[in-house]
Amino acid sequence: MSQPKIRIRGLKKAFGSKVVLDGVDLDVEQGTAMVVIGGSGTGKSVLIKSVLGLITPDAGVIEIDGEDVLKASSARARELRGQIGMLFQNGALFDSLPVWENVTFGLLAQKRIRRRAARDKAVEILAQVGLGADVAKLSPSELSGGMQKRVALARAIAAEPAIMFFDEPTTGLDPIMGAVIDELIVHCVKKLGSSSIAITHDMASAQRIGDNAAMLYEGKVTWTGPARELLTTTNPVVEQFTHGRAEGPIKMALRR
Amino acid sequence: MNRLLDWVALLGAAVLGFVGYIGEVSLFALNGLSHIFRPPYYPRLVGKAFMDIGYFSLPVVALTALFTGMVLALQSYTGFSRFGAESAIASVVVLSVTRELGPVLAGLMVSGRAGAAMAAELGTMRVTDQVDALSTLSTDPMKYLVAPRLLAGVIALPLLVVLADILGVAGGYLVATEKLGFSSGVYLSSTFSNLEAQDVISGLIKAAVFGFVIALMGCFNGYRSKGGAQGVGTATTTAVVSASILILALDYILTQLLFVK
Repeated sequence: MSQPKIRIRGLKKAFGSKVVLDGVDLDVEQGTAMVVIGGSGTGKSVLIKSVLGLITPDAGVIEIDGEDVLKASSARARELRGQIGMLFQNGALFDSLPVWENVTFGLLAQKRIRRRAARDKAVEILAQVGLGADVAKLSPSELSGGMQKRVALARAIAAEPAIMFFDEPTTGLDPIMGAVIDELIVHCVKKLGSSSIAITHDMASAQRIGDNAAMLYEGKVTWTGPARELLTTTNPVVEQFTHGRAEGPIKMALRR
Repeated sequence: MNRLLDWVALLGAAVLGFVGYIGEVSLFALNGLSHIFRPPYYPRLVGKAFMDIGYFSLPVVALTALFTGMVLALQSYTGFSRFGAESAIASVVVLSVTRELGPVLAGLMVSGRAGAAMAAELGTMRVTDQVDALSTLSTDPMKYLVAPRLLAGVIALPLLVVLADILGVAGGYLVATEKLGFSSGVYLSSTFSNLEAQDVISGLIKAAVFGFVIALMGCFNGYRSKGGAQGVGTATTTAVVSASILILALDYILTQLLFVK
């Protein structure tokens, strides 16, 4: 069996007395899309932020291409994490920069393009997410929610990353725009041949963009399987979550 | 006995919290400073921060200095005239403005304007994931957001204080000659004969330190803010209050170091 692109073992993270991740194991195979589902506060964002190096886990192993980023030197860890493109939940576009600078920010930071060529490059990348050249000069605040998500996606794919993370990509969008963003994500990931992890609460979105799925519950991965089986699995935790049932093994804090 | 122990524990926790806070601010400052000297450099961002801290603070600093100089001349006159010491007004105005009031008032004004803006901007970037986004785009947020502001603060404040010194003295001159009947030549001669280079230089040294402190507290509090709009509001308030207190405390320490032999 080939080496997974991302391999996570025994990942633990607590904030004070609150244990968020309690030994998470997860593999993302080369060129596949993993969808992580789970209730609010189950540590989905903490999981991908740990891989990105934005949060330092308390224990565990995070391997990218077989190399443990937590044990690597800071320069090497930066290099390994440099392969990751990230689409944040709210876009996280830089308000102070126009769209074209947002899109090419990473390329300029890595000195992969010159500043004078950046605008043309941005227009080229924006076209891949279905946005016209006229958008390039606008400020993020002048864009609708859907357009902001597209620009954020354009920024995430600009450096043609080998790994992509999507944090609730369809949150706050209407169903049609959500489907459009999902299609763009699938298209971009396939085109780049990237491996990806997406976090979502949207089951339709999960099935559209995921090859495989994992359910986080009580700090652990409680189920993994093909994303297409999300709605048909008999696992009681997944079944309750995906069908949105109030009764079942998942006890919400409100009902305790 | 238990009550006493509770009080001791509370006191201990407060002391530990305070020492921890000082440690965090110091490490943040050292980290930010180290990025000023290590590539890549962001001259455009230093320029932008310089405009925000320096250029856009010009009106408020200028007006504050002008009116302070005017009030100082007027108050000195009402006090000194009782002892027939009106001739000392020019030197009181110029020494007070260059040594103390210029740097302190400019520092407080810039803290309220630019320090608050820095904390609000960085705080908003933090709570909307823009700071994390920088990290994922091969950019160190300390280098990109903090270092340029620290450098701009250290450069901009002394320049603002030069202006504050000139306008403060001009304010005193205006009141002295136009309202109090002083001769222009005598007043100016008295002003410059009592002014030494060290007076101006010490004020500029203070200004550079205050500029660093304003940028540091603005960046530190903004960078660490959390919890949405309320967190950003708290960060902004804390940035201004802590910078203002530090300016006044450091003013005393620097005066002790620079003037007391």
